[in-house]
Amino acid sequence: MTAYLIAAIFLLALNGFYAGRNRARSIRVGSRLNSLPQYHGIHVALWCGLPALILLVLWVSFEPVVVEALVQASLSAEFRALSEDQAVLAMMEIRNLAQGISGVQTNLPYAEDAATMLTRLSRIADYALVASVAVVAILGLGLARSHITLEFQARQSVERVFNVFIFLSSAVAVMTTVAIVLSLLFESFQFFKQVPLHEFLFGLKWNPQIAIRADQGASTGAFGAVPVFSGTLLIALVAMLVAGPIGLASAVYFSEYARPRVRDVAKPILELLAGIPTVVYGFFAALTVAPLVRELGLELGLEVEARSALAAGVVMGIMIIPFISSLADDVITAVPQSLREGSYAMGATQSETIKYVIFPAALPGIVGAFLLAISRAIGETMIVAMAAGLNANLTANPLENVTTVTVQIVVALIGDQEFDDPKTLSAFALGLVLFAMTLILNVVALMIVKRYREQYE
Amino acid sequence: MIDSTPRAPGSKGVLADTLEQDAPLGSVQTVGEALLENPSVSCRDVAVHYGDKQALFDINLDMGTNEVLALIGPSGCGKTTFLRCINRMNDTIQGCRVSGTIKIDDEEINHADADVVSLRSRVGMVFQKPNPFPKSIYDNIAYGPRIHALTASNEELDQIVEDSLKRAGLWKEVADRLQAPGTGLSGGQQQRLCIARAIAVNPDVILMDEPCSALDPIATARIEELIDELRENFTIAIVTHSMQQAARVSQRTAYFHMGSLVEVGSTDQIFTNPRQRLTEDYITGRFG
Ligand SMILES: Nc1ncnc2c1ncn2[C@@H]1O[C@H](COP(=O)(O)OP(=O)(O)OP(=O)(O)O)[C@@H](O)[C@H]1O
Ligand SMILES: [Mg+2]
Repeated sequence: MTAYLIAAIFLLALNGFYAGRNRARSIRVGSRLNSLPQYHGIHVALWCGLPALILLVLWVSFEPVVVEALVQASLSAEFRALSEDQAVLAMMEIRNLAQGISGVQTNLPYAEDAATMLTRLSRIADYALVASVAVVAILGLGLARSHITLEFQARQSVERVFNVFIFLSSAVAVMTTVAIVLSLLFESFQFFKQVPLHEFLFGLKWNPQIAIRADQGASTGAFGAVPVFSGTLLIALVAMLVAGPIGLASAVYFSEYARPRVRDVAKPILELLAGIPTVVYGFFAALTVAPLVRELGLELGLEVEARSALAAGVVMGIMIIPFISSLADDVITAVPQSLREGSYAMGATQSETIKYVIFPAALPGIVGAFLLAISRAIGETMIVAMAAGLNANLTANPLENVTTVTVQIVVALIGDQEFDDPKTLSAFALGLVLFAMTLILNVVALMIVKRYREQYE
Repeated sequence: MIDSTPRAPGSKGVLADTLEQDAPLGSVQTVGEALLENPSVSCRDVAVHYGDKQALFDINLDMGTNEVLALIGPSGCGKTTFLRCINRMNDTIQGCRVSGTIKIDDEEINHADADVVSLRSRVGMVFQKPNPFPKSIYDNIAYGPRIHALTASNEELDQIVEDSLKRAGLWKEVADRLQAPGTGLSGGQQQRLCIARAIAVNPDVILMDEPCSALDPIATARIEELIDELRENFTIAIVTHSMQQAARVSQRTAYFHMGSLVEVGSTDQIFTNPRQRLTEDYITGRFG
């Protein structure tokens, strides 16, 4: 029913728009309006629609509370005898009865009557809602329409409403971010009450105990995050070693060498890499690349574990190639043509021009692209979860198996967990540090990219 | 075809009608002394197409040693296009085709096998908008000598940088900050930096495309002085929209119109006694 009402309000507001616009047009004859007719139309529509919508939202959120309070008041004698839990239960039964949910068993003698009353009151409330929304909408429409004069500043007030709307939208986005960070901070704080900060940041052993239930005894794990972060960095390093050169080379190819037709076809294909779900990369890494790496290693006489940082890093590198290539392509393309021509006119070849003029000019942007790619690599979960491993292993050898921050977060939150268990809480602490790392990387990258943009202004 | 007899001022001819329609002139007979003995640069039947559109029609024009040739004409008439033929910069434009023969010191440069790198080291170019590289002043000047390996030692390179800056009249202003970025200079200084960069490789020919269009009168005067000095050692072609500038710096002037070379002659003659109605209309400011 609410949906119909909303639709009706919209129709009415639309009607208000035409009414306002036509009225403004009709009085415009021979003189100048302060605002264009459509602003008058929007103004009327807003006055018609907004108050009615707000009323509707408030009504719908408070109606059940009020109606149930009324029902309870009429049953005051019986309810007073009940404990709080019982009262809640009784109310639930009444509600279910009223909604006609079949098979509701009740042993309350007054439930049937109460349910009938609830239904009746709800129906009355609904009629009242329709009536009052209609009154508010029509009143708003009529009032706003009668306000239309030559001088009336419809444009200004529409702008004001629009500004408020925009502000509220961005406020929601910002508040959500702030809320996430705050909850991260709060939970991390809980964790650091149980595990000292220095132990977490500098400890060399990561081995959270798995406590199935609280009474199973002390969940004394080791929470030294160094191996987890070193694993993350190792994999990110391997990934960048793959993605950096390939991404940069393809960016140079697309921006400087490729003929337009080749570029138009090949570039979207490369960017498709970014659209492949990471799970797919994950099993590609686990089932194809990891065994391949192992075999190659064995042939070279190297000890390679079944799950290795190398396999995960290589696949992650492939995943972030398009990041680097398309960002670097953008900055290289942004290098003014006049610099290229200046270099060619000096008798430089194309590769000399790229090496000595274009790269130095685009360097800050390229660095920015790299940093963004690294922060992407650090935050990646799926590939490492499938191909790298779960054991926190402090090593710099990419042939061994390592784990990463994101994987440990997943592990910490999987399964039945006590919520105040350090193991569970460690996820938040890891998340916080990871967040701080990527935040710093992003800020630095954006600063560099921005400085670069200003360079040619 | 244009008849090459001088016209009495004020008489209206075939050309004026063509002009009013604003259509390309097509292939026309150039009036005046387009060809020289012992030219430094010689162009024969040079035509340029951008895709299907023809921008230059059968240009025959020589540039003499130690002279400044001014290229004038209304916007879009092909001055830049012509200039860029001489150092093959049109190669960098997709779909641009240049036909005809262009010789520099009797060496054919407009064919596929010609060595573009060595050509451009002999033909410097200064662009309309100063385009210093985002490098230090020193590195800007040293760019050409470095890529062509002209110097055997750092001292030699320092010397070239200093000489080039001195010849471009910029040395005094930047001598104490050679390591500062070239982009940090003023517009006029940047343009002189670009000129210094071009002469650092000691080219035979310098092409300048409206080098003063972004500059104030003082900076313009300095660059004009500079062009006059450089004439002793280089062959110079300069595109300009300023009649006064053409009159001040050049010895010969070529008037382009809608892709054709209409008239060439000594600067004095072109400005005092043009033989073509189009030329006269343009230099007296009746259009363009
Ligand atoms: N890159 C290009 N692609 C297609 N057409 C071009 C290109 N460059 C120039 N043209 C065309 O060629 C003709 C000559 O252009 P050109 O730049 O040589 O004129 P100009 O005499 O230098 O003009 P201006 O005085 O405005 O600089 C013009 O009609 C122009 O539209
Ligand atoms: Mg031009």
